[in-house]
Amino acid sequence: MSAENTEDKGLEYIRQGTGTADAKATGAALKRQAEELAKIGAEKKGGAAEKAKPAGDSPYVQVDRTLKRCQYSQDALIEVLHSAQETFGFLSDDTMKYVAHELKLPPSWVYGVATFYHFFNLKPQGEHTCTVCMGTACFVKRAGDIVEALEKEFDVKAGETTADGKLSINIARCLGNCGLAPMIILDGEVHARQTPESMLDQCKKLVKG
Amino acid sequence: MTREELQAMAQKEQEKRKAFSCRLLVCYSTPCISSGAEGVRKALVDAVKARNLDAEIDVTCTGCVGPCSRGPLVTVRRAGQEDVIYENVTPEFAVQILAKHALGNEVLTSNVLPKDLPFFAKQLKVVLANSASIDPESLESYVGAGGYTALLKVLEDMTPEQVVDEIKKSGLRGRGGGGFPTGLKWDLVRKAKGDKKYLVANGDEGDPGAYMDRTTMESDPFLVLEGMAIAAYAVGADQGFIYVRAEYPLAAERLRKAIKMAEKAEILGNHIFGSNFNFHIDIRFGAGAFVCGEETALLTSVMGRRGQPYPRPPFPANSGLWGCPTLINNVETFGNIAPIINRGGDWYAGIGTEKSKGTKIFALAGEINNTGLIEVPMGITLREVVFDIGGGIPKGAGFKAAQTGGPSGGCIPAAYLDTPIDYENLAALGSIMGSGGLVIMNDRSCMVDVARFFMDFCRDESCGKCVPCRVGTSQMLRILEKICNGSAVMDDLEKLQEMGKMVQDTSLCGLGFTSPNPVLSTLRYFREEYEAHIRERRCPVGVCQIKEVPLAELMKELPRRIREAAKS
Ligand SMILES: Cc1cc2nc3c(=O)[nH]c(=O)nc-3n(C[C@H](O)[C@H](O)[C@H](O)COP(=O)(O)O)c2cc1C
Ligand code: SF4
Ligand code: SF4
Ligand code: FES
Ligand code: FES
Repeated sequence: MSAENTEDKGLEYIRQGTGTADAKATGAALKRQAEELAKIGAEKKGGAAEKAKPAGDSPYVQVDRTLKRCQYSQDALIEVLHSAQETFGFLSDDTMKYVAHELKLPPSWVYGVATFYHFFNLKPQGEHTCTVCMGTACFVKRAGDIVEALEKEFDVKAGETTADGKLSINIARCLGNCGLAPMIILDGEVHARQTPESMLDQCKKLVKG
Repeated sequence: MTREELQAMAQKEQEKRKAFSCRLLVCYSTPCISSGAEGVRKALVDAVKARNLDAEIDVTCTGCVGPCSRGPLVTVRRAGQEDVIYENVTPEFAVQILAKHALGNEVLTSNVLPKDLPFFAKQLKVVLANSASIDPESLESYVGAGGYTALLKVLEDMTPEQVVDEIKKSGLRGRGGGGFPTGLKWDLVRKAKGDKKYLVANGDEGDPGAYMDRTTMESDPFLVLEGMAIAAYAVGADQGFIYVRAEYPLAAERLRKAIKMAEKAEILGNHIFGSNFNFHIDIRFGAGAFVCGEETALLTSVMGRRGQPYPRPPFPANSGLWGCPTLINNVETFGNIAPIINRGGDWYAGIGTEKSKGTKIFALAGEINNTGLIEVPMGITLREVVFDIGGGIPKGAGFKAAQTGGPSGGCIPAAYLDTPIDYENLAALGSIMGSGGLVIMNDRSCMVDVARFFMDFCRDESCGKCVPCRVGTSQMLRILEKICNGSAVMDDLEKLQEMGKMVQDTSLCGLGFTSPNPVLSTLRYFREEYEAHIRERRCPVGVCQIKEVPLAELMKELPRRIREAAKS
């Protein structure tokens, strides 16, 4: 949809809802919030954004580019969040506020979307990340043992980062390479058919090195 | 582009291929890449350059060949000779293939994939027909293999009604899981009132343990685009979206490139093939939510919101994206369209069983010798899939169950290995066809643990909108955990069954009402395992750690624990 970035368009979008009673009710409440937000924004000329935006060079260049490409369409929220996460590694409160302001959406809406999807991290990630697939095929091939071994060795729970911020251990639900289970992604690199031992070795090397 | 230009492009590509004395096809889809295909490709390209063989030897990266566990694969194709496929190729070995086989025409003795491998013999490739031989990043390659003739035929000679009729005649049913007749769905959208209609390809593939859609998009992206364009023409849509999981960056990248190339060649965009038909495609990314595979949730996600389902009706066919009629099909469904138009609905209807026509792609994974991607005619038996194509269970272990349909499906035990695979038969067994994940378990898998795994998945992925699913999955998981740690009593089995029925009957969307399937199907076929956990307080295969006791026995247990603690 090539919506122009006028407030009317944006509100109209919210008004449309998803065609269900429940969504319409939410839509009405959100519309009110959005109107208020827009008012504040207009009065203060980007008040919230100024607070969100640190002084000096804007760190949001990449995000801005995506925003422009999507013509500030509110439907592009997920894409904008993807681009923000790509830039910062995670979505901070400030980032979400900034996105909310730019798209003229209530912050709660943005937060709601960011928390709904597993792919978005709201916490900063460690220096290295180890993502272990726990999809069905990998589960059958004992990926659980790998997670357990890593948790024990690095004294950290899956989904969290070690205290020294060196290593984050994440769980994925199928990375789409089930024929070569168990699958692990270590700092963006794919490792197939791993064992607890081989993974411990590689992670230890990374963290030390 | 015009008809003549398309033909010229195809001809030029074919002549270019003929000019090579030998072609080396490197399998370059995610599984092979993860086992080192990039090194193999580079070694071959460098070696060809170093020896100045550019005019003689062609090195092409292709989509998935199928037996992914044997990767990286290199196929040697010489005119007038049968293809030879090498498995587990290293960069060094690749250079040998070039020197000896490609140049010297001497087939190497090691690492050759046997020609008569049942893995290939029992397959029938329709959607993946070109997967192993064309370059997914080249439009010329696709056109050279007959691509875009179906779209041209549709635009030149067929009315939208005729297209819908042809699809109806083929008997094609949706490959996303539900198996809804595709022709009928198209007819609904075509007849729906509205000036603006949308089309969405579902490439979310949330089923863990399955990667058919990923491979289809990675191996033959133009086939999906062509199918979408034909569908758009048939239903009257002018804007399409492909929804791709964020976990599939390579698939998205190849689709993006394909869209760009197709737009440049003017077979996507305005006035396609000089007609009045306009169609645009955009990519939308998922962000890791299984429920977004469900069609109404997917639509809300395409619109950038929380991917929560909403009640139907209204069906997307009448009110989907931004309230407009919207056609949603799975990417594999779209992959079937061009072949059906090219070869006719009757041809397609000749494959398969009475109610399930055509072929289906399955991703074989788990405890099986040949893991990989297969496309088989409907009606093939599980036994053929597991023991002929799949090569049986490794290390002499026994077959225990085949899990189909992922978290919405069930486990099929050995007694039903001879059932022909189709939508109805699988449903009768308490499972579903699903999108095509087929995870094989050997006799070292505990079925209670498997059921717990799936329930944990559904609890985690439940969007939380309706109570039966949000609370029911948590409660069922709690009981399953109790069974796994030894603190359950026999009554819990009844509770589990009752709750399963309730969740099935009252949930809002497919995620909820299919979530008890893995539990109910394992309860049906492997009840003795559940009972062993509870009555005999042991896990028959030794996976579960039975350490707790039922609440009622805690008084007896406590003194023992205190004594033990005092001792140590
Ligand atoms: C929980 C849930 C998950 C689903 N996941 C997928 C999926 O990953 N891919 C898919 O194509 N369809 C999925 N579906 C089915 C879709 O809702 C829809 O039926 C399908 O995309 C329609 O396309 P088809 O008619 O070509 O099958 C899912 C359904 C449910 C209830
Ligand atoms: S916070 Fe959310 S769940 Fe709680 S009452 Fe308000 S709308 Fe309902
Ligand atoms: S059944 Fe589950 S996933 Fe579906 S709407 Fe209800 S809570 Fe959400
Ligand atoms: S289950 Fe691990 S990659 Fe699919
Ligand atoms: S990716 Fe190479 S065989 Fe499947």
